[in-house]
Amino acid sequence: MKQIVSMKRKTSSRHTSETEPEVIRLYPTRGWAALKLGELWTYRELLFFLTWRQLKVRYQQTILGATWAILQPLLQMVVFTLIFSGIAKMDSGGVPYPIFSYTALLPWGLFSKALSDAGHSMVMNRSMITKIYFPRLLIPLASVLSGIVDFLIAFVVLLGMMVYYKIWPTNAIWTLPLFLLLALVSALGVGLWLSALNVTYRDVGYVLPFLTQFWMYLTPVVYPSSKIPAQWQMIYSLNPMMGVVEGFRWSILGKANAPGPMIAFSSGIALLILISGLFYFRRMERTFADIL
Amino acid sequence: MDKIAIRVENIGKQYPIGTAPEKYRTLRDSLVQIGKAPINLVRKVRGNSANTIWALRDVSFEVRQGQVLGVVGRNGAGKSTLLKILSRVTDPTEGYAEIRGRVGSLLEVGTGFHPELTGRDNIYLNGAILGMKRREIDNKFDEIVEFSGVEKFIDTPVKRYSSGMYLRLAFAVAAHLEPEILVVDEVLAVGDAEFQRKCLGKMSDVAQQGRTVLFVSHNMSAILRLTDETIVLDHGKLVYRAPSPEAVDYYLSTGLAQSGERYWLADEIPESAAPFRPIALRIRNAERRVVDTIRSVDPFTLEFEYVLDQSITGVRVGVYLMSGQGEVIFTAFDTDEPKLYERYSVRPAGHYLSRCLIPPDLLNEGRYVVGINASTFRIRRYFQDEYALAFSVDPSGAPGMQWPEPRLGPLRPRLVWQIENQRA
Repeated sequence: MKQIVSMKRKTSSRHTSETEPEVIRLYPTRGWAALKLGELWTYRELLFFLTWRQLKVRYQQTILGATWAILQPLLQMVVFTLIFSGIAKMDSGGVPYPIFSYTALLPWGLFSKALSDAGHSMVMNRSMITKIYFPRLLIPLASVLSGIVDFLIAFVVLLGMMVYYKIWPTNAIWTLPLFLLLALVSALGVGLWLSALNVTYRDVGYVLPFLTQFWMYLTPVVYPSSKIPAQWQMIYSLNPMMGVVEGFRWSILGKANAPGPMIAFSSGIALLILISGLFYFRRMERTFADIL
Repeated sequence: MDKIAIRVENIGKQYPIGTAPEKYRTLRDSLVQIGKAPINLVRKVRGNSANTIWALRDVSFEVRQGQVLGVVGRNGAGKSTLLKILSRVTDPTEGYAEIRGRVGSLLEVGTGFHPELTGRDNIYLNGAILGMKRREIDNKFDEIVEFSGVEKFIDTPVKRYSSGMYLRLAFAVAAHLEPEILVVDEVLAVGDAEFQRKCLGKMSDVAQQGRTVLFVSHNMSAILRLTDETIVLDHGKLVYRAPSPEAVDYYLSTGLAQSGERYWLADEIPESAAPFRPIALRIRNAERRVVDTIRSVDPFTLEFEYVLDQSITGVRVGVYLMSGQGEVIFTAFDTDEPKLYERYSVRPAGHYLSRCLIPPDLLNEGRYVVGINASTFRIRRYFQDEYALAFSVDPSGAPGMQWPEPRLGPLRPRLVWQIENQRA
């Protein structure tokens, strides 16, 4: 549905409203619709409330509350360290293995949480979608944004670990926000595809746990990407999370692989997924209310 | 001030048959569909009507700013589809519509309420979902809480609320949204009588502030009281538009029951009615035939057939008789008589007929509506259909027919007159 919203000044108004009525035009559209990202700005407060709701509900009625945001990556790190460093003797390029895996688990956690939320978010918000208009993009967007808070909490632990291992950040640390953004772009891009697909195909919900697991092993979380044979590197960097994880490591630890063409390629793929995801989501959006 | 608030031009909405909420596709189905694509293509070319249904078609109308427009129609006539299109939830398949201003609706009462969050949190969340700015909610917060009457529990998660409290809070938020256009759909069917009164009150307030209201209801007396003009939808088409009294009359005389008999289909009976299950309502004339028109001078019978799947203590089954203008003429229950009341203090499970005889020489010429109610006094309402069945009364033979004039009032009793000449 295409709605051109234009603000029109009205000379007199019998009731008090801060903005003058806007004219909404409704007509059917077919094929690919415009993205109308400007509308997201109009609805920014709703985005805030949806994100806030997700956070508040996530840890409601849990004893440990937001501590879970720390415990999840921390326990994963302990397990990985025991198995991959302790037993498999994985080479982490001179970096203590715990911090090696934790730097990867931070963005990975953000990504995998966004994936699993996106899979269910449209169905969970069915009552809203079938009863009221708002840009549907807000729902996967809120899922991804609520992940940032968990990320920041878990990040505090990383700082503690860096102090413990006496690792001081280099100038590369200033690029960290850039890689966080790249993580968000990847998460949102894949999340958009999955959430739109899940409206029509509930199979997505069943595929997700496996997908997340496979994807993690395709991403240099437990091993460095230098382990990948040179002839496979190109295909390997089709995975947008590869660029994100390697970038994170480099910017925090200041060593390991500096961002090269592989990371640039990987970022390009992330952007491509996001843009195609946006268009696909927009295209499917107009049938959401009818088939949810 | 003759600005147009809503303009709808030839709006239509087509649904594939079987787009029921639970019927989502799986990948496998889609793969099967791809295989069948050539066949479907042929079908599409041949007319495209085999597996789709038009929920709404060629509907055009305009609503002036500040007008209160009623929308009536049977279940499935397209009312909700129309509202969904106007509130931008779903896309029209064809046509064009133009809306001036924010559309708020009381059909989305409680949308986005999260059971784990407190009343306070939900007010903010729900307000934002309905399109209120945070400042707006801040300003109205106290008013909303007071209106809802749940002050004491405002910091309690709403999952601990009773359903009544939940509903009141949800309505309070929706009611304090100040949209240019308000859409109200059948909310009046939920909640207790006092709550319903509150809803209607809020609606007429809104109307008096000069805002545009679309009011969808089966409640004809509310339609008559609150709206100036009414449109009638039937099978997805707009069939009538007129000042409300005329439109209601049209609706009642054509839309409801042509046969003197009304059956309830399974999907017309709310789940909350169980274990009460209405089956049919009939009007029988003096010869016991089911008829649509009775004579004023003859007695007739209202017959209500229903099933109790379990025994109910203290249930009473009753009728409302209303004039075509929606005024109630009388209300009566089958256990009004003390003897029957004692005998049926517990009504066991079974298949019942409750029948009442309406005496002759009671009703005036015109159209009448019978409503049905099954409830236990002050405890629970199992089933209610205020506009179950309409019928006509033919005045031939009634008192005063020597003058071919319409008589005012719904009653036409045969009174005993005496004329005394005082001079004699």
